[in-house]
Amino acid sequence: MTAALAPGLADTVTRRFAARRRLAFALPAAILAYLIYAAISFDIAGLAARARFDNAAILLSDFWSHKTHVTRDNRTGALTVAIEGEAKGTYAPGAAPDWVQVNGAVTTIDLGAGHIVTYDEAGARYVVPGYGILDIRPEGGKPVLTAPQPLPDWISVAENKVSVTTDAGRFSYSRSKVETFKYEPGWELFFFTLDSPFHGKGPLELAGLALWGKRVDPDRTNIGFMISDVWHNKMWRHSDVVWALFETVLMAFLGTFAAALVALPLAFLAARNFMPLGPLRFAVRRVFDFIRGVDGLIWTIVLSRAFGPGPMTGAIAIALTDSGTFGKMFSEALENIDERQVEGVRSTGANALQRARFGVFPQVTPVFLSQVLYYLESNTRSATVIGAIVGGGIGLLLTQAIQTQKDWEEVAYYMVLIVLMVMAMDSLSGWLRRRLIKGSEGGKS
Amino acid sequence: MVDIAFGPEPGRRPDLTDGRAAYLDMVRRKRMYGGILLALFVALMASGFILANDRNAGGFWDGLPMLTAFPSEVLSEAWATRANIPGLIAAHVPALVETLNIAAVATLLGALAAMALALLATRGLARWPRAIPFFRRSMDALRAIPEIVIALVLIFVLGGGPVPAVIAIALHTGGALGKLFSEVAENADLRPVEGLASVGASWGQRMWLGVIPQVAPNWLSYALLRFEINVRASAILGFVGSGGIGHDLKIAMQWGQGRYDEVVAIFLLLFLSIVVIDRTSDHFRNRLVKGSQA
Repeated sequence: MTAALAPGLADTVTRRFAARRRLAFALPAAILAYLIYAAISFDIAGLAARARFDNAAILLSDFWSHKTHVTRDNRTGALTVAIEGEAKGTYAPGAAPDWVQVNGAVTTIDLGAGHIVTYDEAGARYVVPGYGILDIRPEGGKPVLTAPQPLPDWISVAENKVSVTTDAGRFSYSRSKVETFKYEPGWELFFFTLDSPFHGKGPLELAGLALWGKRVDPDRTNIGFMISDVWHNKMWRHSDVVWALFETVLMAFLGTFAAALVALPLAFLAARNFMPLGPLRFAVRRVFDFIRGVDGLIWTIVLSRAFGPGPMTGAIAIALTDSGTFGKMFSEALENIDERQVEGVRSTGANALQRARFGVFPQVTPVFLSQVLYYLESNTRSATVIGAIVGGGIGLLLTQAIQTQKDWEEVAYYMVLIVLMVMAMDSLSGWLRRRLIKGSEGGKS
Repeated sequence: MVDIAFGPEPGRRPDLTDGRAAYLDMVRRKRMYGGILLALFVALMASGFILANDRNAGGFWDGLPMLTAFPSEVLSEAWATRANIPGLIAAHVPALVETLNIAAVATLLGALAAMALALLATRGLARWPRAIPFFRRSMDALRAIPEIVIALVLIFVLGGGPVPAVIAIALHTGGALGKLFSEVAENADLRPVEGLASVGASWGQRMWLGVIPQVAPNWLSYALLRFEINVRASAILGFVGSGGIGHDLKIAMQWGQGRYDEVVAIFLLLFLSIVVIDRTSDHFRNRLVKGSQA
């Protein structure tokens, strides 16, 4: 710094180059050292042991496919065919899909590619192409397996249960029941559940019915019937999901704008050029700092105790957290305004309110608006998380679906919806920002 | 031709023979639009408020007097056992360190990914200019997925612990910082890059020696800001699923009465660390952006 013009210029430059070079190596080395420390403290080595890759496989297959359970109760002999094994997805007796053939007490399940499972009075048989026949008979209440030896590792035999996993599906035989899972691509029952008259019809047929077909229910039009069936779909609960999405957006909207409305007057109190009274200014600023410092998480917890679960609590939590942030940003923007415009208005004899209206607001509105709209977008994302804590919106549905650890297709559905919602809010806020801010600038010139 | 004379906006042209009337007309129209917008906004807020209030378990007006009930209950109990608090604070420091580590590692990994993504998605700098839209869209997608979604899914696969949180926050950080980094890099001076290209530098060398030194202060400042955000996110994720101070807070809250001194200790710890981090990073960011040459 000081030796730049000293006689040993070359010396200085070389020395600085050396220092730079040392830094260039030291910095990555420091980062690497930190990451190694973190890896040790996070127990990365133990992670491989804890990781459940079978869970990952379930998750991935559920994301794009569904399974149908064909279950026979071994005590009563009753057969149920149910999508995902849920009561809501159970086929009516005699209405099973055509890959399940029922002939008296004999049930034949065609899993495709030559895999055939048969349930009969003696027990159950599974024909695996290229391997042979697995034959299971209950003896003394326990399933006994007869199959070509040696047993491959996709067959597991425990004392009370035999399970088989092949590419075509899963099969298990236990004391109480025998079950076969068939995997098929797609999210089944997404539009119509089994009890709907429209289930199992192709898009063309549906369009035909909707536009000119005979009324299925004489009391209402087909298209209204379809919409109501989709809307009240018990499996995917479209109406609840749409409401939840709306609630999440509502939380973000109410919270962000309430925060802006609260922060706006307070920001004047915290700006040096509007609040001559030092101690008050200091106090308001500390309040902003306090609100921002007490994290959104803590506010959310405290508020949910007072207001109970629901979107209003989430909205208030967002409003409270953001009013601190907005207060700080607004007051900074107010301190940076161009005083000449205010003086011009003052010279016409305007009072304080008029000066604010005509001298200050036109300058700060674009700044405020762009910040508020930016936060609207980011709060949509936070509202998902806050919803999971306060119990409202899509965040709640998502955490519930994840906690059951089996409805992964719903998790995938919600994830897609959340991403779409955030992207939509992103473009909406971007569009509004361009519209409103350009509009007000255009008005000024 | 008319458009050039009267400006690009379509519609009725102001009658310029009577300037005063035209001006008043414009003002009136602007006021009307402003009024409509305001009325729309008020209506949306009011109906939204009523709707949210209806769908909430406890109403807004019922809850308002209760607002201080819980904090005062917690504080009075904690005050009675205030002697425990310093000890409890000390006991939760390891959890705080874990939360901070999650945030720091996630910020580091995310920032490294963002550097690569940003350079690949910036016009004029990209290695494969045709792939720019691809990298931009992937950054958008990374930004759009909330951390909690990735974290919860990863907890299912990887089990609990800090790693799911790190990955979730790092992915989001990669997308968010990538966009900001790319905006900075767009304004970088291209002359050093051209100079380096003229002596045969590879793409990596051009970026490392020509672009990074220019953008480093701004990038660092954004990364510090992101670190602040990530500390909060990491505390929240702990509350929802993985480790760290958020998890301790959840357990203490679930215990409820009798452990409120612990709740207060964790609140204090979280509050103080967030304030300290915000202050420190504010200071460094100011120095970075306003220039260290001074």
